[in-house]
Amino acid sequence: MLKTKPQELLNIDYKPPKTGWMKTPVDFRPGTWCYSALPKNLRVLGLPNPRDWQPSDEDWKLPPNWKETIIRGFKERLDRFRSFKLFLDICVRCGACADKCHFYIGSGDPKNMPVLRAELIRSVYRRYFTAAGKILGELCGARDLTEDVLKEWFYYFYQCTECRRCSVFCPYGIDQAEITMMGRELLNLVGCNINWILEPAANCYRTGNHLGIQPHTFKDMIEFFLDDIENITGIRIEPSFNRKGAEILFVTPSGDVFADPGTYTLMGYLMLFHEIGLDYTWSTYASEGGNFGLFSSHEIMKRLNAKMYAEAKRLGVKWILGGECGHMWRVIHQYMNTMNGPADFLEEPVSPITGTKFENAKATKMVHIVEFTADLIRNKKLKLDPSRNDHLRVTFHDSCNPARAMGFFEEPRYVLKNVCNNFFEMPEETIREKTFCCGGGAGLGTDENLEMRMRGGFPRANAVQYVHEKHGVNRLACICAIDRATLHSLMDYWVPEVQVTGIHELVGNALVMKGEKPRELDLRGEPLMGTEGGGDV
Amino acid sequence: MGMGFSLFAVVILTCVALAGVGAAGFNYFFGVIIPYISIALFILGFIYRVVRWGASPVPFRITTTCGQQKSLPWIRSSRLENPADTVGVVLRMALEVLLFRSLFRNTKTQLQGQKAGYASAKWLWLAGLTFHYAFLTIVIRHTRFFTEPIPFFVKWIEELDGLFSIAVPTVYLTDLALVGAVTFLFVRRVVIPQVRYISLPADYFPLFLILAVAISGIITRHFSKVDLLGVKSLALGLFTFKPVIPEGVGLSFYVHLFLVCALIAYFPFSKLMHMGGVFLSPTRNLTGDSRRRRHVNPWNYPVKVHTYEEYEEEFRDKMIQAGLPVEKRE
Repeated sequence: MLKTKPQELLNIDYKPPKTGWMKTPVDFRPGTWCYSALPKNLRVLGLPNPRDWQPSDEDWKLPPNWKETIIRGFKERLDRFRSFKLFLDICVRCGACADKCHFYIGSGDPKNMPVLRAELIRSVYRRYFTAAGKILGELCGARDLTEDVLKEWFYYFYQCTECRRCSVFCPYGIDQAEITMMGRELLNLVGCNINWILEPAANCYRTGNHLGIQPHTFKDMIEFFLDDIENITGIRIEPSFNRKGAEILFVTPSGDVFADPGTYTLMGYLMLFHEIGLDYTWSTYASEGGNFGLFSSHEIMKRLNAKMYAEAKRLGVKWILGGECGHMWRVIHQYMNTMNGPADFLEEPVSPITGTKFENAKATKMVHIVEFTADLIRNKKLKLDPSRNDHLRVTFHDSCNPARAMGFFEEPRYVLKNVCNNFFEMPEETIREKTFCCGGGAGLGTDENLEMRMRGGFPRANAVQYVHEKHGVNRLACICAIDRATLHSLMDYWVPEVQVTGIHELVGNALVMKGEKPRELDLRGEPLMGTEGGGDV
Repeated sequence: MGMGFSLFAVVILTCVALAGVGAAGFNYFFGVIIPYISIALFILGFIYRVVRWGASPVPFRITTTCGQQKSLPWIRSSRLENPADTVGVVLRMALEVLLFRSLFRNTKTQLQGQKAGYASAKWLWLAGLTFHYAFLTIVIRHTRFFTEPIPFFVKWIEELDGLFSIAVPTVYLTDLALVGAVTFLFVRRVVIPQVRYISLPADYFPLFLILAVAISGIITRHFSKVDLLGVKSLALGLFTFKPVIPEGVGLSFYVHLFLVCALIAYFPFSKLMHMGGVFLSPTRNLTGDSRRRRHVNPWNYPVKVHTYEEYEEEFRDKMIQAGLPVEKRE
């Protein structure tokens, strides 16, 4: 929990400083940046310049040719990504994006305005890649690449959660996430990265998941939930692992296996699959849906994502089902098939229960669990008792990636409205494509960065507070593992009466299972309304 | 930063034309040579910029989805905000280009105590749209100088544009709209501290230049006695590559022409190229159906992965102990 009081944190001055932005150095205040990546993690991934250092150090121990490396890398990316080149060229600095960024709203730091965050790198682009910049220099907003500029990049590109909200409002669709991603790639070339991203990436590379859970432990952890489910429902579920010949491979973010409240969502998956008799398997090798490569470079993203198809091929499944996760779905939806496809060894996904063809996933062959469940409900294949969620008053947080990189708005709402009776929307300007980030996405959800997370998460928390006060909302539903990890601390700080949940936890609560004993507890072990002990409304 | 510099640059340009034509009498240079050079720069520069952008591929489909995806048949998808087919993309782009759809979404964030609020903020959209359409209309109106006979629609537009006016010659509404909108965009840039903070000379210069073009045009039309037939013969001469320099075309016309030339020549090398760039924006001009249809990356290269075999090699004993299936027992 952050020591600074909320009212102190919100004492924000939006007036830019007296000095111009090129003349205002970065202040590495504790609480606003993340620790550097440990050398061992760089070595696992074979990344350059593994060393001991911290961003607060004076000397960052850059390689002697760091500048040439970055300029060369810059040129490579300009030649490879039309988006990058175009976004550097056509911004007119109209400022429409400025107050759309949650970090700007919560911090007032002008360099958190997406337009200015982009100028940090655009100024270097002008200096080295445009004629006017080479000749006129600062007069046309160009500047030399110095160590201070590099430090500034580090500070602000790891202070952007790549949520893409600014892109929604930009008249040209300039996507700050794309620029931040390139900035981070360049920083990675000289070994300036953060541990909260590279440790999960290194773990995922070696053990198959972010948390470094080894195969036997992964199996144990999931089996641990079987006892809980049995206590609540009286039903013993028997999932399978690494089973060849299963029809479906199921992949979910490992956060669901490891940390509350994701664990309750995982119980929901297990119960649902058991109830419909799904022929599926877990994999310990592809035991991670999330992809922290997305937060460091396209190459690492591809290296980690490759596991899913490789495992689907080895096990001989027909298609892949994916759990509730935000950036995982950005990767699956916008990158996976391009990077690691074509998935011609798989079949076009068909729901074995309803016969529905998932046309929208016919190339990538990967279906989102919420699509899958929505289809089950629509075809009346599930017996649901939404009153079992009556002790909850629920609102839904659109996670950035499913919202702005998929357009996944109706499916989760359809499922929610079918599994609970009390559902309330947050204000229109804060949901769907305009949704606010949790403040800890893109690998920034670490504790040393707590102040920035609370600032960045403020707009989201503020909208939750609104429905909490208006409708008594006490549960914030989402379909993202990072959300489930970060919103938790955010709610504790801003709206302590609200807890965070995945959608399939609520599905698990409402699911009437064949042969179950009368339910008295929800998946958290809390009493249901109308049973002994009453609800907590 | 750079406001004074930009203003100074526009004043200098104006003085160059005044001196060059008014004092030195280089009419041919300013009436023929400069226009040809600037048009050549514009066309070649524009093509060069677009070709340069086009030379970089679009490796991934990174559309910004602002509406419901096309998924299950019973869920209504948003064709305009999240298109899944080419027609949808064309419509989405038409909305962006013709109506500034994304800018229309604009809001203003306000923090009061511990509450954030989001008010509608459509002024930027309105001024931007007004400016662009006024400019377009003025460009179309100017084609009367290059065409003989003048196309019917140009005459229509002229009549419409001079609708409410009583003065002689008719005051065009778009002239007023253009000056008003550009002034608004300039004032906004100066008055809003955040926007002022991010503004570069490259942001002020086009505003001042366009304003100078508009004002010199208005002066030429309303306040100085310019022989319009002379202007037309000069324009037609340029257009048919038989340039002539007529008598009696006043100084203000040359200033106007020179400023227009400066704008045209500057265009491809500035942020004004958003005119061409907006069409290439990968977050807007692609379908959002990358799970339905495979998008190919031309430079996709193989990467080092950690294979299942390597994984099993490391954990085989533990896997066997836990009763997990393995490929190799040894």
